[in-house]
Amino acid sequence: MEPLRPSDHHDSKRESITQPKLTVVGWVRFGWRQLTSMRTALVLLLLLAVAAIPGSLVPQRLADPNGVIRFKRNNPDLFPILDGLQLFDTYSSAWFSAIYLLLFVSLIGCVIPRTLHHWRALRAAPPATPARLNRLVGFTERQAQGELDDVLDQGERVLRRQGYRVVRYGNSLSAERGYVRETGNLVFHFSLILILIAVGFLGGFRYYGQRVIIEGQTFTNQLTSYDSFSPGRFFVESRLDPFSVRLDKFVPVYELNTSMGFPIPLDFTAEVTITEKGTERQEQIKVNQPVDIGGTTTYLLGNGFAPWITVRDADGTAVFSQPVPFLPQDSNLTSLGIIKVPDGLDQQVGLIGFFYPSAAQLESGALTSLFPEPDQPVVTLNAFVGDLGINDGVPRNVYALDTESLTQLTGGDSGEESIILGMGDSAQLPAGLGSVEFTSLPRFVSVEIHHDPTQAVVLVAALLALAGLLTSLFVPRRRLWVAASSREGIVDLQYAGLSRGDDPGLEAAVQQFAERLDKAISDRASSERPLR
Amino acid sequence: MENLVSLSIVAVYSAIGVYTVAFLMFTLDLAKRAGGVVERTHVPMAVSVGAGASEQAEPPERPELPRPDAEGVGGATRFQRAAFALTALGWALHLAAVLFRGIAAQRVPWVNLFEFGLVATAMGVGVFLLAQLWKDLRFLGAYITGFTVLSLGIVTVNYYVDVVPLAPALQSVWLVIHVLVASLATALFALGAGLSVVQLLRVRREARAVAGLRFLDTLPGSATLESMAYRINIVGFVLWTFTLIAGAIWAERSWGRYWGWDTKEVWTFIIWTLFAGYIHARATRGWRGDRSAWLAIIGFSAIIFNYTVVNTMFTGLHAYSGLVTNPN
Ligand code: HEM
Repeated sequence: MEPLRPSDHHDSKRESITQPKLTVVGWVRFGWRQLTSMRTALVLLLLLAVAAIPGSLVPQRLADPNGVIRFKRNNPDLFPILDGLQLFDTYSSAWFSAIYLLLFVSLIGCVIPRTLHHWRALRAAPPATPARLNRLVGFTERQAQGELDDVLDQGERVLRRQGYRVVRYGNSLSAERGYVRETGNLVFHFSLILILIAVGFLGGFRYYGQRVIIEGQTFTNQLTSYDSFSPGRFFVESRLDPFSVRLDKFVPVYELNTSMGFPIPLDFTAEVTITEKGTERQEQIKVNQPVDIGGTTTYLLGNGFAPWITVRDADGTAVFSQPVPFLPQDSNLTSLGIIKVPDGLDQQVGLIGFFYPSAAQLESGALTSLFPEPDQPVVTLNAFVGDLGINDGVPRNVYALDTESLTQLTGGDSGEESIILGMGDSAQLPAGLGSVEFTSLPRFVSVEIHHDPTQAVVLVAALLALAGLLTSLFVPRRRLWVAASSREGIVDLQYAGLSRGDDPGLEAAVQQFAERLDKAISDRASSERPLR
Repeated sequence: MENLVSLSIVAVYSAIGVYTVAFLMFTLDLAKRAGGVVERTHVPMAVSVGAGASEQAEPPERPELPRPDAEGVGGATRFQRAAFALTALGWALHLAAVLFRGIAAQRVPWVNLFEFGLVATAMGVGVFLLAQLWKDLRFLGAYITGFTVLSLGIVTVNYYVDVVPLAPALQSVWLVIHVLVASLATALFALGAGLSVVQLLRVRREARAVAGLRFLDTLPGSATLESMAYRINIVGFVLWTFTLIAGAIWAERSWGRYWGWDTKEVWTFIIWTLFAGYIHARATRGWRGDRSAWLAIIGFSAIIFNYTVVNTMFTGLHAYSGLVTNPN
């Protein structure tokens, strides 16, 4: 049986293009045949490739949310138009989804009939020998000594040894091999469907979140502990596995590249203590080396310094005392941090700070950091007073301070110098508000915690697809025939072959079969002679 | 170590020099064939490759032009033999450059744009040289050496960076596998695209649509070229599929998700889809021949685009060109 192919496959019989009957069923059938044709699949594939391009030109909310914000700021007029076209969510946009869903409908419509057909083909005998072999590939004529039945028995044996399925039709043999080519093709296409289903359905159970953990702090896996959290559609909070992670120590290793003058990170290691089901264990998390905890995986994404800042009121009572993660701005870890002191002072105070692990002064007087290690740690602070907007119930980004409605007390145009603190130093805040101290210098890491049940399925499907691809592209599906006729103790043999799909080796395979049969016959003849 | 790095650079420049001479010789060879073609006796030759006569016994889609000899490509001229030998010599220097660079860096020498270029072109020439064991493709010599000289020149002059140790995100066995297989796939697609270009020219020549370019008459027929391109491209496609999977595995380890539509991921996907389209086109009536050849060329152009423009101009997590000063 031929592998079943859409009617516009180059190997299928050319059918006259019939106008659909003007009935509903006629049109539906016509439409379905169009959708499941090779041409449609091809056009949809190419469309998918083209449709993927815009997502690489403009930032995507999924991959680069900050890039989207930046784009909006830089292109305020263009932004709404592109956003209306869903260009910032290309890969979940209506048009992108429409293309791949149509493609997969086409795919399913294509492979299901093929699978049924192939299932039957696997049990069917190779087709009858064509009447005229001389029009087929590798046509060869040979002669052999012996009985016709004997020769064909030998031929059958030779073919079976090469993995052919063989049937004898009258005085000829019909053989076929390489059914696994079609199997591989179907496995490949089904694996793609499996990937889509896994991502579409199992993806709903996925969740991931980020969290900054400062040395000495413990993260507990519950919704409120995350800095940001993205649940899948079917996520329920009770599914969060109970565990906690304490950051004991973060150890970076840098090398200064003297010729280029910038530091090269060699290694980042977060030493953590994990508590899970009442037992504690020590682990290391590195880039490229996440740890599995419960049903989740924890990855090391970033790191930086969290200078411990203590703010005291005019009487010397601490009203704020905690490490504040400063976000790195360059490779020497010049970092930016925000401190908000809503209570305890006469007015609400906000501080915007820069941290320089290895501070040095530029000629302009500005500070810079020379190296990402704390050789000369310095914090500079600009103080603001006014309404921090914390009390009105709207959650505010802890990494941003809206200074518009605030009054600046130090730095900038305020007339006062910025506050500059080395480690252990403290300084007075202006207007007798109190004092601020740079107390100590823990580090922080940012980790991402992932639960992704699609991973295993997608990996298996991808490997299946690869295996299917290999068999489908490189195992030839071919037919061989040998037709025999005998006269006076000589058997005339005609050989020929036919391939299904691309098969440059077919001619050689026919020749090789003819030679092997020759040899098998003469071997037998010579081994039998002494017996006579 | 410094010595090895400079030695590597000397080897690169020597390779460029040798390849340039090889390129000139290959071009001379083509010119020579254009002149010689008239005097040769033409022996008609049937389609032998891939056409797969079926029961319907379709006539071959495009009849082959007469070919100069049954051996395939018109016998090698002196120029071609010399050019081929020079290419092999250039490749030895090229390999030495890769090797020295790797030893000096004490890591695999393919972690920035310069090194990718160095390794991918070495792969390309290597595949070209080895492919001769399979089929005589020396007529692609001018294309391969020309392309290599151009690429090596550009990466060496514009994208050169010093040896630096591996950033933590790159410290992974998947770096070794993913990039190596990707450049092998690229090399195969380069060869495939070359064959497709020649195929398109040859079709036009067969239809007498182009005057000139007479050397085309000495090359294999368009159906043979198409079939060879297909054989090469499907190997490339399997390797590219593997690249995609290996990249996803690495991304999961490194960034916490196996697929996130990062710019480079998008382009790897686009290229994969284009070649899947190419393979389909080869099986679709009305799309074999010219159209599928164009798809193969577009697919390879997308790879070049990905390597050059996407690597240097687009933002994304794959900021490994080595050109940015911020390794975070
Ligand atoms: C997700 C979209 C698809 C992709 C990525 C894809 C990819 C491929 C690839 C790589 C091959 C060559 C390897 C092999 O033979 O297994 C192939 C072959 C094939 N595909 Fe698809 N395909 C897709 C959808 C479809 C659809 C919708 C159809 C049906 C209309 C289809 C029908 C076929 C057929 C018949 C072959 C065999 C071609 C031959 O005879 O050589 N595919 N496909």
